[in-house]
Amino acid sequence: MGYILNQDRMQVILNELQKDYIIYAPQNKVGEGMYSDTDVVRYERIQQIMDVEFHKKSNYSFKEVLLPISQTLFYYTENEVKEAEVERKKGAIIFLRSCDLHAVKRLDEMYLKNGFEDYYYKRLRDNVKFVVMGCENSFENCFCVSMGSNIPENYDIAIEERDGLYYVDCKDDEINALFEMSDEQKEAVTIHFVQTNDITVSIPENLSIDVIKSKMWDEYSSRCINCGRCNFVCPTCTCFTMQDVFYTDNGKVGERRRVHASCMVDGYTEVAGGGSYRKTNGERMRFKVLHKVYDYKKRNGYHMCVGCGRCDDVCPEYISFSNCVNKLEGAMEEITNHE
Amino acid sequence: MDINTKKLKKNAFRVTKERGLTASRVRVPGGHMDAKYLSTLQEIAEKYGNGTVHITVRQGFEIPGIKYEDMPQVNLLLQPIIEGLEINQPDKNEGYSASGTRNIVACVGNRVCPYGCYDTSGFAARIEKAVFPHDLHFKIALTGCPNDCAKVRMHDFGILGMTLPQYNKDRCVSCMACVKACKKKSVGALTMVNGKVVRNHEKCIGCGECAIQCPTRAWTRSNEKYYRLTLLGRTGKKNPRLAEDFIKWVDEESITKIIVNTYAYVEEYIDKDAPLRKEHIGYIVDRTGFEEYKKWALKDVTLSEVAEVSKTMYWKGISYL
Repeated sequence: MGYILNQDRMQVILNELQKDYIIYAPQNKVGEGMYSDTDVVRYERIQQIMDVEFHKKSNYSFKEVLLPISQTLFYYTENEVKEAEVERKKGAIIFLRSCDLHAVKRLDEMYLKNGFEDYYYKRLRDNVKFVVMGCENSFENCFCVSMGSNIPENYDIAIEERDGLYYVDCKDDEINALFEMSDEQKEAVTIHFVQTNDITVSIPENLSIDVIKSKMWDEYSSRCINCGRCNFVCPTCTCFTMQDVFYTDNGKVGERRRVHASCMVDGYTEVAGGGSYRKTNGERMRFKVLHKVYDYKKRNGYHMCVGCGRCDDVCPEYISFSNCVNKLEGAMEEITNHE
Repeated sequence: MDINTKKLKKNAFRVTKERGLTASRVRVPGGHMDAKYLSTLQEIAEKYGNGTVHITVRQGFEIPGIKYEDMPQVNLLLQPIIEGLEINQPDKNEGYSASGTRNIVACVGNRVCPYGCYDTSGFAARIEKAVFPHDLHFKIALTGCPNDCAKVRMHDFGILGMTLPQYNKDRCVSCMACVKACKKKSVGALTMVNGKVVRNHEKCIGCGECAIQCPTRAWTRSNEKYYRLTLLGRTGKKNPRLAEDFIKWVDEESITKIIVNTYAYVEEYIDKDAPLRKEHIGYIVDRTGFEEYKKWALKDVTLSEVAEVSKTMYWKGISYL
């Protein structure tokens, strides 16, 4: 059902929803950017509709809601273990964009369908509704059209904010009932999703693992600073590492945490005995790029990357993931001609 | 030719080594201005000067080769610059009205530089408003971060930008970027304890390197801008010396008050026989003792709880006396 609401009426609906759900949305955090007097858009629990950032791409993705950056799993002391309380007991409503909704499918694939269900993911994933925010225009560095993630599927609400009015297309019966309860008029509403991006990406049909022999990876060894920002902002990067810590004032008590990990950051490939793989940043870039557009697809039938372009937005060294992907065709030619 | 050299100096012209010729000294507070004023400088240099411009060490332009009799015309041409740079001017069309207090210098700051902790030129302009025009010999400089590209420790008042790092441990992934950067590029105030970072506040110089390096926004900058205020550095013939720390984590309002208070202190204690009423403040403080200066400087100043004031101050430096 379609509705058009002003801010006050939209807030009424949001207030109703907050009885049963915690709302997470991208928020512009003033002054919290990398540099002085710059902002960052990242996910926060919000209570006011005016706190939702509708007009900028979020720098960090929604994944932090389903996969906390640093999550205590359980506490231990001597012979006892106590599971940590779940982060939220209510359901969640997550505002995100079409590319991100496609990323949810990737997270589910890895955490729910990859042999067994991940307990900690599942308990945050259950009882979640998705509010997809329209994209009237493509943002800088977006290439969702190339990755087929520009049109959302299976959302509960689609929403757009224009000139102080909220345009809502609701597919969820429970929430539709709320709109009806507050006597909202049904309107024909179209939520916009982009059909083109400035950036297009093409992944060669003949891409094979031989591409690792290409010289194209070498430049990243000197350009990349292995900070891992590209991974941390990526809505489909799901790697974590485990930390068992013992509290310093009582070495018999501690906790196990899992925290986000990055295949670009030092230590990622360290194994028992001191071995370490992919030492150069070029090798790490190669691993990351091929995981996003090659080996994930081999297993699951579709690409991991959803084309949000956040990795390009955030890179302090101006390394472009999309441009790297577009170099793969030339790299395949280089390999084929060489052999 | 009958020229009052005392008067022209206060009007930001200078007696040059070439008889009959002066130079116009154009101050640019905070060193940042609209590019359109460059064409005015070009016009003055080509019409009244010798066609050259010297970029001064204090972020001004010195236009040499001007005839003394052309000073009024040059002042007329300078008027749009003086107004555009919002320089306090008692008499319109009369040029700059003082030259004792030197141009307030600033590095490019956070308008451009990733390391800058604040808008240096903006703060410079606000100090400018509070102290100019003034003929006492004060040198003030601002720099965006503890790298001190503006060399503020060579000034009476050195202002170094600081940020008080804010840590959100729930966003920290123990990647070590901040710890490594702090150790290699700054003072090593951060350590990793049980996968989370501990900041040594006493050691921290507020450079903001952690907030720049953090890939997850676990480290961010404080809303409040903080500064380190250093005092009484100087160049000169007798006893050049680097400024010493006065207050760490001080706020903008307090700095401005301290500078204004210092003018009153200097009026009171300056050597009455000082040539052209020009005496570095440091020599005056040497005479009165630091305690007396501190009393004047901190009059009606309310520092925040985070501010750390030096109990006493000693300066080193090279003495040729």
